[in-house]
Amino acid sequence: MASRKGLGDEGSAPVPHVLAVDDSPVDRAVIAGILRSSRFRVTAVESGKRALELLGTEPNVSMIITDYWMPEMTGYELLKKVKESSRLKEIPVVIMSSENVPTRINRCLEEGAEDFLLKPVRPADVSRLCSRVLR
Amino acid sequence: MSAANQLAALIANMFATGLLDDQFQQLQMLQDPSAPNFVSEVVTLFCHDGERIIGELAKLLDKPTVDFDRVDAFVHQLKGSSASVGALKVKNTCIQFREFCQQKSKDGCLKTLETVRINFYELRGKFQTMLQLERQVNGFPPNN
Repeated sequence: MASRKGLGDEGSAPVPHVLAVDDSPVDRAVIAGILRSSRFRVTAVESGKRALELLGTEPNVSMIITDYWMPEMTGYELLKKVKESSRLKEIPVVIMSSENVPTRINRCLEEGAEDFLLKPVRPADVSRLCSRVLR
Repeated sequence: MSAANQLAALIANMFATGLLDDQFQQLQMLQDPSAPNFVSEVVTLFCHDGERIIGELAKLLDKPTVDFDRVDAFVHQLKGSSASVGALKVKNTCIQFREFCQQKSKDGCLKTLETVRINFYELRGKFQTMLQLERQVNGFPPNN
């Protein structure tokens, strides 16, 4: 698990904490780098299971951004678990995928995903998304 | 030629020959004083992960009965990480590879695996040179 502290100044509003979930170590590093450059605090984990473990102990996650296709628990299944939890359901969840499958996208949005990003994710995509979701 | 000029020429060549696309430029733009090694970290991860995946693909395709779903899953991983670092040629070869997986063509998969291997190791070699030159530009001796 990789965590990078936000860069907020002492005494200023807390820096949003984004949880990134992706089984690919390369994609985890890239999304963490993009989020860090937008001055967010980032924790990157490799699975939905690890994400849920972290959400059980970390009270202040501002947004979850997760890959769709992961072994054992897909991003869609993680989304459902978050939205079914009274404690977690208000956390915005964004899904990422390298495949543009309209039925998949619609299913995620209907389940409560905030947005669906196509990979490769670019800084401009994340910046726009975070401005909207975390304002 | 200075290390900086060699580095610039190398990267320009990698773009010109289709090894890299503009996603790599996006990664370069993310490197700053707060993350001075971002590109080298991502490139190093890609090289290790790519080598691992190619090894798994070779093992799967060496079996008498090929599990094309598992092969496809690994190719999907490599395609994804290639796209994320801007490894255009490797990504495009993975797209072809997935088509052979869909067709359940062992011959097609084996031939494309060889192409993936060639393209990946070509890119890895250039990435390694790039990282060495970066070390020289930053005042460090090259790794041996």
